[in-house]
Amino acid sequence: MKKTDAVIIGAGPVGLFAIHQLGLKGLKAIVIDNLDRAGGQCIELYPDKPIYDIPAVPECTGEELTKNLLEQIKPFNTEFIFNERVEEVRQDKDKWIVKTNKNNEFSTPNIIIAGGVGSFEPRKLSLKEIEKFEGKSLFYAVKNKEELKNKKISIFGGGDSALDWALELSNLSKITLIHRRDEFRGAPHTLSEIKKLENEGKISIKTPCQLESVEGNESIKSISVKFDDGKVEKINTDIILSFFGLVMKLGPIADWGLNMDKKTIEVNSQNFETNKKGIFAIGDICNYPGKLKLILSGFHEAALASVDCFKRARPDEKYRFEFTTASKTIQERLGKK
Amino acid sequence: MPKITYQDNKGNSKTIDVENGLTVMEGAIQNDIPGIDADCGGSMACATCHVYVEEKWLDKLSKPEEAEIDMIDMAFEPKKNSRLSCQLIVSDELDGLKVTTPSQQS
Repeated sequence: MKKTDAVIIGAGPVGLFAIHQLGLKGLKAIVIDNLDRAGGQCIELYPDKPIYDIPAVPECTGEELTKNLLEQIKPFNTEFIFNERVEEVRQDKDKWIVKTNKNNEFSTPNIIIAGGVGSFEPRKLSLKEIEKFEGKSLFYAVKNKEELKNKKISIFGGGDSALDWALELSNLSKITLIHRRDEFRGAPHTLSEIKKLENEGKISIKTPCQLESVEGNESIKSISVKFDDGKVEKINTDIILSFFGLVMKLGPIADWGLNMDKKTIEVNSQNFETNKKGIFAIGDICNYPGKLKLILSGFHEAALASVDCFKRARPDEKYRFEFTTASKTIQERLGKK
Repeated sequence: MPKITYQDNKGNSKTIDVENGLTVMEGAIQNDIPGIDADCGGSMACATCHVYVEEKWLDKLSKPEEAEIDMIDMAFEPKKNSRLSCQLIVSDELDGLKVTTPSQQS
């Protein structure tokens, strides 16, 4: 079992800045995130949208913010564990054991939950009868292109993912692209490619319509879509690909015995500790009187929580408040001296 | 203060006084109206504050931005009268507005 000074749950902007604040104090962290990369909501929900309220940064996108934070924490060589979700947290004397869904375990005096609104999962189709096909003939992401060769594929969605996969798979299979509106949202080049393939009869486009029903027992045989004017059309289908973005689910965090208020964790606003000693919550997921769900508030919360993390990780050392401009020790940790 | 009526998909409804300038989403969150999640906090990034607006009010609302329309594509069972309640700002003109929440948000 790996030991570390702190386990940070969530690699969004606030989780990333927590690495920095711990790092300045000489503490090592391990970061766990359900996604396959850092950035959290900044990367998944608004990578291209400008943010205007990061102090001293007049304007930057979610992607730039993430890039800069990763640059800022480089000196600390932090271990990231992606594509894993923390399932279980249990007490072991004065330490916590953190266990992921892939059975990785960590022992740490400090857990910092910077989980935003929970972990991201694909938004699923609402039809109840479709669940049994999931992972067999219904997919929310393409993992293995080979499985999608020479099939009749119905793709749902109107954004980049739906369009890109429609293009990509049109060489291998028969594609029907289905969207609830007539307009698609994608790069101009992609849209013109799609149009071209439609004219050549290589992609069939059905709009404006939505999924009505699915037929088939073991595997999908066909689907029916309902148009806005009420007409229903049956489409022979082997595979459904659905791209309706991501949703956030709180997940197992709710089961760790923390005081919760709806989907947020109650903390005190001195050190952002929860009702459990050594478990902190910062960023969008924490709640205290006056809480603002701003990235800048999350940064402040990370700084304060890191002080108490130090006290728990180094009980025999005295904590000294230091400035980055003046402290040789900090500058060494940043690789500057 | 303008009155906003929130109805769930089973027909239960609650009418709340919502201050001018707040969004229909904030009115719901501050008054513990179930059925509106607003996971992203109103940044038009999640579509979990999706509501159906009573038809007669549609023209009185400011037109949705493109980004809102795109986001509604992601919402659960969108319809012609779908809006994101985080983009509906309460004013005297909206006194009496009625919105219905979908059977689920995600």
